Amino acid sequence: MEISDGAVRVLAGLLTARTGQQLSVGRRWRIETALRPLLLQHEIATLDTLVGRIVSGAEPVLADAAIEALLNHETFFFRDLAAFRQFETLGLQRLHTARADTKRLRIWSAGCSTGQEAYTLAMIFANRPDHWADWSIEIVATDLSPTAVARARAGRYSQFEIQRGLPVAQMLRCFDQQGDEWQVSSGLRDKVRFRVHNLLGVPPAGLFDAVLCRNVLLYFSADVRGLVFGRIASAMPDDGLLMLGAGETVIGQTDRFVSDYECRGCYRKRRDGSGPIASQGSTLR
Amino acid sequence: MMKTCLVVDDSKVIRKVARHILETLDFTVSEAGDGQEALDACRVGTPDVVLLDWNMPVMSGIEFLRALGQEALPQRPKVIFCTTENGIAHIRAAIDAGADEYVMKPFDRETLQSKFELVGVA
Repeated sequence: MEISDGAVRVLAGLLTARTGQQLSVGRRWRIETALRPLLLQHEIATLDTLVGRIVSGAEPVLADAAIEALLNHETFFFRDLAAFRQFETLGLQRLHTARADTKRLRIWSAGCSTGQEAYTLAMIFANRPDHWADWSIEIVATDLSPTAVARARAGRYSQFEIQRGLPVAQMLRCFDQQGDEWQVSSGLRDKVRFRVHNLLGVPPAGLFDAVLCRNVLLYFSADVRGLVFGRIASAMPDDGLLMLGAGETVIGQTDRFVSDYECRGCYRKRRDGSGPIASQGSTLR
Repeated sequence: MMKTCLVVDDSKVIRKVARHILETLDFTVSEAGDGQEALDACRVGTPDVVLLDWNMPVMSGIEFLRALGQEALPQRPKVIFCTTENGIAHIRAAIDAGADEYVMKPFDRETLQSKFELVGVA
């Protein structure tokens, strides 16, 4: 099924206006696949017809559904295992020391999709109950998509989803098999608060000691990416930790963060006049 | 040095699919059609990892796993079950018998890759 250049421009403009995300040439191929179910559901013959009806403005639900379909919800448990191990053994350990007096941690999974990343965090803490005993751990997970957030909140995963990245022993400990699906345990589900949130907007209230924003920023233009980095920085204390996706970096993207040389894949807020974080030694707090 | 994987499955199609995926992950792949063939292969040369079906003629996957535990091999290979037996009782039985990981068919490249990373051979 073909789509005209004009229709692509409309969809790209709509996506950018609503989410900040860009529909690059490389993602154009996804349009047909992503929107086919919507065409079938509404008995619309062509993509150009769909776009025409969206443009008419008479059916706002169609625009919402098209945006939802174009978002990429790809995610899985412990995505980039080596990075998560570093995050746990170096990043979280450093926060464990830095917050020893308050024993409070707040973590934001920004762009959480269907929840696997947030539950990964919850499992990391659950795996070491003695280490985190008496700690108050708050995990806030947000995504632009109401559908994804609803799925995340439900915590039910298909056989295909459950085994992507999740150790089988962890699966047996934290999930119950219900027919063809796997349900996250209520104990784990209660550790995460999910909500709909647009990264272009004001961050959730309060400061977050660690923010995970992984494989999201790559869909933004440079300007929007800079804006979002600024939003995230405003939601973190000076010694907070930002974790990006394996193929993402702050280098050349923002001056609000610098590489955290002690924890690969993680970044720290740049403080005025400061050099690389690793050179600051024990003055981080 | 490339890691070695022994794919054990009575289905040629599954072995072919697994081989294709594993070769893209830089594994040297060998094949066996049942548990006994796999055991014989391990005696000749222990692979780094065994990707193991459950239901096979001659010797099942779980029988292979138990027999493997009795072998005096220089190094025990990691064992990842890969089967259509997707019930929790089978999964628990496999782990109790010494399996390191468990893949429920159908699978894709990312699933296999993540499981191999989990057992430390990717």
